[in-house]
Amino acid sequence: MTDSLDYKKIGLRVGLEVHQQLDTHRKLFCHCPAGVYTSSHDGSVLRHMRPTLSELGEYDGTALMEFKTKKNVVYLLHKSNTCTYEMDDTPPFPINQEAIDIAIEQCLMLGCDIVDEVHIARKQYLDGSIPTGFQRTAIVGVEGSIPFRERRISITQISVEEDSCREISDCGHLIVWRTDRLGMPLIETVTGPDLRTPEEVEEAILCIGRVCRSTGHVRVGMGASRQDVNVSVAGGRRVEIKGVAKAGLAPALVHGEAVRQVNLLKLRDELRGRGLCDAEDIHVEHEDVTNLVADSQVDHFRATNWQSQRATRAADPRSELEHGRGEFCVRAVVLRGLARTLSWPTQPGLTFAHELQGRVRVIACLDQQPTFIHDAKWPDCEGAQQELERLRDHLDCGGDDALIMIWGAADDTVTAAKEIRLRYVDALDGVPNETRQPKKDGSTDFERILPGPDRMYPDTDSPPQAVTRNRVKRLQDTLPEPPWEREERYGDVGIPLPTIHFLIRRGGARLVDLVVDNCGSDLAWTCYFFGERLKGLRRSGVPVDQISDAGWLALFNRFSRQPALRDAWKEIVSGLAESPDIDTVLADLGLNDRFDDVPEGVRSAIETEPFQQPAYDDGQLNRFLMGCLMSGLRGLVPAVEVASALSSELEART
Amino acid sequence: MSDAKDPLKGYRGHARSRLERWGMRVWGDVRVRNTAGSTFEGVILPRGETFDDLHLVLKLKTGYNVGIHVDRIESIEELGFKEAVYKIPEKAFPVTPDLPNVTLLGTGGTIASRLDYRTGAVIPAFTPGELYGAVPELAELCNLTTKKIFGVFSENMSWAEYVPLAEAVGEAIDGGADGIVIGHGTDTMGHTASVLSFMVQNSPVPVVIVGSQRSSDRPSSDAALNLIHAVSAAASGDIAEVQICMFGPTSDRYGLLHRGTRCRKMHSSYRSTFRTIGDVPLSVVDRDGFTAINPDYLPRDHSRNVRIDTRHDDRVTILYYYPGMKPDVVDALVEKGYRGIVIAGTGLGHVNKPLFPALKRAIDQGVHVVMTVQTLWGFAQMYVYDTGRDLLDVGVVPLDNMLPETALMKLGWVLGHTHEHDEVMAMMRNPISHEITEREPHNGYLILQGGLPEVDEFITDHWK
Repeated sequence: MTDSLDYKKIGLRVGLEVHQQLDTHRKLFCHCPAGVYTSSHDGSVLRHMRPTLSELGEYDGTALMEFKTKKNVVYLLHKSNTCTYEMDDTPPFPINQEAIDIAIEQCLMLGCDIVDEVHIARKQYLDGSIPTGFQRTAIVGVEGSIPFRERRISITQISVEEDSCREISDCGHLIVWRTDRLGMPLIETVTGPDLRTPEEVEEAILCIGRVCRSTGHVRVGMGASRQDVNVSVAGGRRVEIKGVAKAGLAPALVHGEAVRQVNLLKLRDELRGRGLCDAEDIHVEHEDVTNLVADSQVDHFRATNWQSQRATRAADPRSELEHGRGEFCVRAVVLRGLARTLSWPTQPGLTFAHELQGRVRVIACLDQQPTFIHDAKWPDCEGAQQELERLRDHLDCGGDDALIMIWGAADDTVTAAKEIRLRYVDALDGVPNETRQPKKDGSTDFERILPGPDRMYPDTDSPPQAVTRNRVKRLQDTLPEPPWEREERYGDVGIPLPTIHFLIRRGGARLVDLVVDNCGSDLAWTCYFFGERLKGLRRSGVPVDQISDAGWLALFNRFSRQPALRDAWKEIVSGLAESPDIDTVLADLGLNDRFDDVPEGVRSAIETEPFQQPAYDDGQLNRFLMGCLMSGLRGLVPAVEVASALSSELEART
Repeated sequence: MSDAKDPLKGYRGHARSRLERWGMRVWGDVRVRNTAGSTFEGVILPRGETFDDLHLVLKLKTGYNVGIHVDRIESIEELGFKEAVYKIPEKAFPVTPDLPNVTLLGTGGTIASRLDYRTGAVIPAFTPGELYGAVPELAELCNLTTKKIFGVFSENMSWAEYVPLAEAVGEAIDGGADGIVIGHGTDTMGHTASVLSFMVQNSPVPVVIVGSQRSSDRPSSDAALNLIHAVSAAASGDIAEVQICMFGPTSDRYGLLHRGTRCRKMHSSYRSTFRTIGDVPLSVVDRDGFTAINPDYLPRDHSRNVRIDTRHDDRVTILYYYPGMKPDVVDALVEKGYRGIVIAGTGLGHVNKPLFPALKRAIDQGVHVVMTVQTLWGFAQMYVYDTGRDLLDVGVVPLDNMLPETALMKLGWVLGHTHEHDEVMAMMRNPISHEITEREPHNGYLILQGGLPEVDEFITDHWK
């Protein structure tokens, strides 16, 4: 099995869900300020989540999984950004209209049809990331598309929703969250599964990001935009990689997931080849062998090892909430007929054992390292091999059987054994629907069973909201241009694409348009100014972003009247960043006057400038004299004028 | 048109006539195309009564709901139809011979529920089998019988509901229940707890009223834990009184059992809203059992016989005094035939001077006027100031530290027994279930002020 893939051949399909925080004053459903992040807390609340049965008497798969984890959920509250709404002790206030407007702008720019009446729905999450146990979310637009390479990507829907809490820690049965981010408005842009290669995914993420930035009404900075990437291959199933923080991380993750799905399909075929087709064919037995391994050479099997780890955390009063129920237990899990499956390749560099470990870690809350050990990768400390033989013998493990050893609180080890069996059952079917979390090295790990559409039902706390066509028209009329139109317009005057993208991403585009429209400035020159020149100045520490719109307008108006000033742009902008009055800045730089008699200035410079070396050739003399002249004249007279006067004068003298 | 038969439930006016013209019906699986060319596929849902008559509501395949303006519909076709049948498949509640028998009486609201994800509807789960499915922990606590007495939001309850409820409690006790649980909306839970304290006396077993602040369809709901605590208190608790069981803090840590006559809803939405006023609660209840707080209660005793007494007169009211109140308000009440007025007075039990003659007129006409305090905590002590003394002279009778809502319930109950003034007042002032107490403990009034450093520090260190 190889790690390089023909994406077309395997039928790779990728779709995106791009989350973008909106630049509003307040949160979506309460009056707390948005964007206030804190790192301490004034109060804490302990909660638990229970799933609700469906009318069929069944638990939704994800809910059931979360319920099995029996997690204690703690929320840390800070009074500056949290009210009783975040604590789920007060119903929602009327939805933030500013957020709806921005969502509509996004929809319009992406060519979506705006729904007539916005209905808020509840999307259940039982991991505790939202204290109510559900996220309030509503569709605002449907059926758009954007130009992408030589084709278009479909936009299925755009919704407005509230952001979730920030995870602080997740140890054992205790998960701790901060509520500062909770409730901040987000828009979620969902594309169709139209992307075909990992590289396209990165590009599409950046493209949609530029659309968001183009509205001018989104938050920037760390965490302000996150994307979820949905990946499937032919014969596989949709897997969601949740929370890809940067576009550059996407290609490795998508490739890794494609490899994983292809390998899991091969594992399915292998299992079928062994005659294992249905759940009943998977025989996994488990046994408490704690006493059998009480004197083990393997550290993990000794109770004292486990207890000392607990003791070190005992100082924290909350650490009790981390513990599972029961005494220390070592459990042997025998996988009948499943030898050589633990080492089956899945992601690049990882095996099927990693898949099992993900389930055990998340659902049984066994987060020690390693999660478990198994006979295909047994510790090599002295005596360990003999122990393995004894265990296999005791458990009647044949050559076709595999063995996993788990340790931890008794109840948790039982849960783990059950989840191992369930994951093998899933393996008979190929690729299970999962949500996976990305790791920095480009791999992914199990996070939860993928929620289905069944997790949603109406939020009856809020009435539906009609969106009139007048409102849509009002927003359409003031809509900034979409990025591809700007790319074309700037591109026509020769601006390179990376510069255009920089301008869109960093807000320079807005300033470009501002001064071009109001000061008659040349588009190309202005793009270079904001897109390249200013970049350097910013990098060297000049606070150029503090210059107000009025400041830029004043500056560029001057540029129009006194083109010579453009040569002295660096000094002028540096001055403007410190003191907002353009006249003062120019006066301080001695640039307030016009310099009228250029030829005379040139003549007098030639006569007074102390050059003695006759060895200067014409070119050097010219450059030297230009240097001398410009040091005095920069900003007062355009360089071209000086150069031309100098040439004439020198010519006249020869 | 009754709900059961109306194929376009909730749709009216313009939207309805369009849907009728297209031959559409609620629960139909449809494909809609609008004038902008967008396609929507989903189930037509019923329209809420208070929403406009211009939009069609669909639950899309993705799970989201959208509203489509009927004027923007280009085409619509029904692809299938599946009636929404809200019948939950039941598992039988296990019967364990050694466990106590608890009867759960339903008054409305959903202490437990299920979701029909296809339509988004929240379906009440009430029979023992349904409750077992939603809260399986109950089977470890008791054998459960359920009976639905009626189904109203608690703000719509009145004497017409209290009577059958009290009688149902009596029947359940006579039927051998080891404890009674009453599922109830939280708005007027305190009122019901008060009136049942008078209508159901000398009970041999606990009568525990329970509800939830967050609807039970939510993963975060307090319903399940409240129910577990309440059933536990009814099954194996020792307090044979009418009591309310709700959250202690807003965290999932423990519940409190409050005596019915002194318990009030103190916040519109917090889980921790119910508090005992002017005293301490009866007990803490959590998964490990009970921790008694107040040793003064009627203990469980199967040899006692419950007395059910539902006599009442509903011509009673509360007058919430405010400065500038005019006497005509009192005159109007008397004119309309009210026989009992509970005044929620300011301070130690005061109203303004201009009201005195009107109150005297009322009392002379046989209306019984009693005084409680708006501040909720503290005693009506009308002998301290002139105003109070003058009111006593007029014939207004103080009710010490009885809560205004409890006083209303008691006055209505008492007037069902007698209208003889001295008898009425004697009954009012003679506590049946601690609705008047002789002593307020120093920790009966503990409203901590947020913002003070020591208080905020305490809150930071303890679970909210």
